[in-house]
Amino acid sequence: MTDTPLDPVQKPRARSRLALAWDSDVGYSFRRSPVAIISTAVTLLLILSAVFAPLIAPHEPFNPATLNLMNGFTPPGEPNMFTGDTFVLGTDDQGRDVFSTILYGLRISLFVGFAAVTFALVLGITLGLLAGYLGGWTETIIMRVADVQLTFPSILVAMLIFGIAKGITPIEYRDQVAIWVLILAIGLSDWVQFARVVRGATLVEKNKEYVQAARLIGRSAPAIMLRHILPNVMSPVLVIATISLALAIIAEATLSFLGVGAPPTEPSLGTLIRIGQGFLFSGEWWILFFPACTLLVLALAVNLLGDWLRDALNPRLR
Amino acid sequence: MLSYIIRRVLQSVLVLLVVGLVAFAMFRFVGDPVDTMLGQERTIEDIERLRDNLGLNDPFFVQYWNFLQRAVQGDFGISYRQGRPVAEIIAERLPATLELAMVSGIFALGLGIVLGVFTAIRRDGWAANTIMTLSLLGVSLPTFLIGILLIYIFSVEFSLLPTFGRGEVTQVGGWSTGFLTSSGLVALILPSITLGLYQMTLIMRLVRSEMLEVLRQDYIRFARARGLKDKAINFRHALKNTLVPVITVTGLQLGSIIAFAIITETVFQWPGVGLLFINAIQFVDIPVMAAYLMLISVMFVAINLAVDLLYVAIDPRLRA
Repeated sequence: MTDTPLDPVQKPRARSRLALAWDSDVGYSFRRSPVAIISTAVTLLLILSAVFAPLIAPHEPFNPATLNLMNGFTPPGEPNMFTGDTFVLGTDDQGRDVFSTILYGLRISLFVGFAAVTFALVLGITLGLLAGYLGGWTETIIMRVADVQLTFPSILVAMLIFGIAKGITPIEYRDQVAIWVLILAIGLSDWVQFARVVRGATLVEKNKEYVQAARLIGRSAPAIMLRHILPNVMSPVLVIATISLALAIIAEATLSFLGVGAPPTEPSLGTLIRIGQGFLFSGEWWILFFPACTLLVLALAVNLLGDWLRDALNPRLR
Repeated sequence: MLSYIIRRVLQSVLVLLVVGLVAFAMFRFVGDPVDTMLGQERTIEDIERLRDNLGLNDPFFVQYWNFLQRAVQGDFGISYRQGRPVAEIIAERLPATLELAMVSGIFALGLGIVLGVFTAIRRDGWAANTIMTLSLLGVSLPTFLIGILLIYIFSVEFSLLPTFGRGEVTQVGGWSTGFLTSSGLVALILPSITLGLYQMTLIMRLVRSEMLEVLRQDYIRFARARGLKDKAINFRHALKNTLVPVITVTGLQLGSIIAFAIITETVFQWPGVGLLFINAIQFVDIPVMAAYLMLISVMFVAINLAVDLLYVAIDPRLRA
């Protein structure tokens, strides 16, 4: 069949998803919001510099063979009084380049943050879908556990899980598994809000006609939950995930700062701040200042991005 | 009403029982305290004697029953690290945390309400806008960075305030207080600002949005038409009606203040239970961790219960 002469309106070209997203409401509000553009740019820049840290970093801060103790406490931008080496952001007590340690620390902070949120997301969505779709005892047990956990601030829950996990691991492995324990602790402390939101949205969705239709044609419960309900409850989850990422990064930094997180052999931004705090009184401010600024910029950018996303996806709030 | 209270109390007891189970499981299954307490040079007799002393050789249910019995009496055994009764250590440390929490709570509530009312009344003024922008920054700043920043400004740069500890404390019948000496009071300033700042911004934003809501109501317009003074309208009519959510949030934040005291106490080396807990985690001192967990759960559950009951008492609409 030849349809060209009959159809005066030209068929729109098949367009890429990216172009569609760019033209959507969310894309429009993104283009109009300088805050969103700047915070996205900053976040991407930080993520990229963390990913490519080994290529960007001028020094290898955790390879003892490349360190020179004589370079210790070099102020930023000035040549060292013994060796004449210059470091953009100075060095710490062991002569490690602060700029390089920040890049590697950013790597660990972002990795722990993303991994913890992913873990919380998967756990929360699964339990939320089960509670909302199945109801009955499953729902009662899951939501009661969530209620009990919600009584306590998540940072406290994370500390407790970290402490218990530390107690279970034999002493010689503690430093090696510390990062994974941290991810587990922050993830487990954070699943509740995902589960609550997903459950609430599932309760609404499961009585809609498309779900009844899917049930009538005999689709299995897991298929209905994952293929039909899940895509329709994702947008609030996305917002919470972005804000959770900022909270997880801060939680990780806090735990590491308190000495119950990333070990000094694999320092995150929090560990670097912990190390730097000791030199604040003796005048070596740069060891603390630059990691703290990086953490602050990262947390602020992700937070603002989350705020913007919440407003953009929820037209009622505009 | 009565059935609501009973249901709520039963719920709280259930939460405490669950937490108790977690605490006991920690005791029973986490780590081998004997390993931590005895050094490298130890004999099998040493190990056995210590296991017997700590009651680790008893059967599971006996240990569980003993744990519950002792927990109710406030006895959490002996700290693996310090070798002293946990209850004694906690009793010694608790006043420091409670005083810190109290001062920061008053700071947060007082300044939060004042700034909230101010920013709501002058909503478009430059001062109010500045405060709102700063509060956004305050929410994003992690607690420990606020503490370090304050130490840097007030202690390192200007050497005005002490950076760590409680200063001089006085013993008043087993309660060590820093309220009675000037060095104790001065030492309280930076930690309580650090701890209360987040809650302060939270209360401020809440009061502001509630005030803006209330100021739009008809009875405010009527009060204005009656020619009442601004002060009377803002404080006697408007503020009063914003207090129900403020009380709820403040109550619930009281728990957070006690939990976040862990961070503040570490930054300022404040000798409270939070610092004790962090050290216990670092050294896997299970009895102290378990006792802290139980203590803080009792506090949280009591606060939540009190807030819920208070809510019913304040808001007559809930008394069905």
